[in-house]
Amino acid sequence: MEIPQDHLVDMYSTMVKIRYFEERIREIYFADKLPAFDIAAGEVPGEMHLAAGQEPVAVGTMPHLKAGDAITATHRPHHVAIAQGLDLKQMTAEIFGKATGLGRGKGGHMHLFSTEPNFGCSGIIAEGMPVAVGAALAFKKLGKDNVAISFFGEGAANQGAFHESLNLAALWNLPVVFICEDNAYAISVPKAASTAIADNSDRASAYGMPGVLVPENDPVAVYEVAREAIARARAGDGPSLIEVKTDRLWGHFEGDADAYRTDEYKESMGGRDALVAYEGRLLEEGVLTAADRDAVIKKMHGEVDEAIDFARNSPDPAPEDALLHVFA
Amino acid sequence: MTTMTERKLTTQKAIAEAIAQEMERDDTVFALGEDIGVYGGIFGATEGLLGQFGADRIMDTPISETGFIGAAIGAATNGLRPIAELMFVDFFGVCMDQIYNNMAKIHYFSGGNVKVPMVLMTAAGGGYSDAGQHSQTLWGTFAHLPGMKVVVPSNPYDAKGLMISAIRDDNPVLYIFHKGVLGLGWMTNNPRATGPVPEEAYTVPIGKAAVAREGTDVTIATISLSVHRALDAAEQLESDGISAEVLDLRSLVPLDREAILDSVRKTHRLLVVDEDYQSFGMTGEVITTAVEGAFDYLDAPPARIAIPDVPIPYARVLEQFVLPNADKIVAGVKSLLTA
Repeated sequence: MEIPQDHLVDMYSTMVKIRYFEERIREIYFADKLPAFDIAAGEVPGEMHLAAGQEPVAVGTMPHLKAGDAITATHRPHHVAIAQGLDLKQMTAEIFGKATGLGRGKGGHMHLFSTEPNFGCSGIIAEGMPVAVGAALAFKKLGKDNVAISFFGEGAANQGAFHESLNLAALWNLPVVFICEDNAYAISVPKAASTAIADNSDRASAYGMPGVLVPENDPVAVYEVAREAIARARAGDGPSLIEVKTDRLWGHFEGDADAYRTDEYKESMGGRDALVAYEGRLLEEGVLTAADRDAVIKKMHGEVDEAIDFARNSPDPAPEDALLHVFA
Repeated sequence: MTTMTERKLTTQKAIAEAIAQEMERDDTVFALGEDIGVYGGIFGATEGLLGQFGADRIMDTPISETGFIGAAIGAATNGLRPIAELMFVDFFGVCMDQIYNNMAKIHYFSGGNVKVPMVLMTAAGGGYSDAGQHSQTLWGTFAHLPGMKVVVPSNPYDAKGLMISAIRDDNPVLYIFHKGVLGLGWMTNNPRATGPVPEEAYTVPIGKAAVAREGTDVTIATISLSVHRALDAAEQLESDGISAEVLDLRSLVPLDREAILDSVRKTHRLLVVDEDYQSFGMTGEVITTAVEGAFDYLDAPPARIAIPDVPIPYARVLEQFVLPNADKIVAGVKSLLTA
């Protein structure tokens, strides 16, 4: 099926934005933590899980979503949040722990919440999966044609919450799409050492729903599979499970020595960088000219730089605001 | 103001009536849980509701507490007001992540932008030899964790009013009913489990204690079935010329600290009775409240009666040994008065 040109370009633009965002966060994160790494130090403290390399799974899904559709994401949420179009300034400010952040500095980078777009994420593996089921249940009960998308890693597929969520979604025929971001490693443990089968998409058959494997880390491949699953959910025909083979280009968290992956493996990931490959394809196919590409890069980098400036220049929360927002 | 009627209900029927009236009033309210449909809830909290509202709003779930409590959270953040039933509070072990890491934290993490208006109702308590995985109360465990309100009614009137308040609240509310206060035909008969309940909908405010019996010599602060034990004890004490005030805390979160202080300032003595584990729990919190806020009024060190930090045992004599009862409360009060 033909893919509209604006979707092809939007996916590229968003990939550029995500990659540059993650690069800037990485640079800022490390700037004041070295030479002696101190996780508590600096402008952006705490754990930092960046998604460079995993852009395709996020950008390939988003063209099929509409206002009100719900997303639950993981502890590595930036690519999904940016692709869904969360306010980049507020999102960045939250990562910087500022009063202007999405959660006024109470959540940080693993706990980004937004009502429009409808987004949540969590630092606990598979925690968001049943929440997506519940969002889909609400859409069905309220007669809305919205869908819920649950992003999770391949490590999450061994949690009970994965199995409970798939069963409930299928049992109740809910409009939810489960998208597994298989980056091949659960922190240090390779998938083959943790998972009894090669492809989690095969687990869909245990719950009577379609399961589709996307073997390439490619936005167009994700786009095509996500289109069908989301259309199916939106039409009331029930849930699907998709597994996308993707690459986590960097460590599990920033500061991770990443010694559990061989140099050969890491080099192979670099050689198949999805952003480089997709850009090359768009240029080759004439979807983008070099000038278009440069304009996209300039625009996307500008938006990211602006968001980072906004976060940097925003005030810290008042310390005593820690006591607010326990209850509505 | 509500109109008192002479109509009497059991606590169990009062809870079911509250849910039914709120479901009639508000289409976004629905219930889900194990055996809540045809069965009507193992403890009858949804008795008769399947027939009235149908399977779309009274949803039987698989035995998947993480799945359906997590789904309730997602439904609550997307426009509905779910009531999820965790059959026994003891089962929290398989789903606690959704309860305390998710349900209770989303509002805070979002800086107040996302609301989670849901009720998690659950049965608690022992006394009928169900052993250590079906007899705990555990309310102190939940009250310890910020972000969820915790209510524990002791009688039919409060049970209905607190359930309606819980459903209308924009926060997650853990609604814990002790099996011994429900008036179930298959539990030991408890006359205090039946009482007057207005037919119309009304609310009992969350976070307000009630003086269940006025007195002047000692305050017995407690909750749930132990309110009944304390009332029984107060009757015995009266015949000995001792006037005991029984304070029914009704909510643990928020805790009505003013009511505790008001009563202690009046009676000058405090006994806290709890069917939860003793250490790091409700008894310590209530006593600390009194010591911090009314130290100069206390004529004796506050005392407590609670489960002595052992799992709930099975054999009748063992279980009865660790549970609070009226005799222990009478002895505790007399000891306080001679201190």
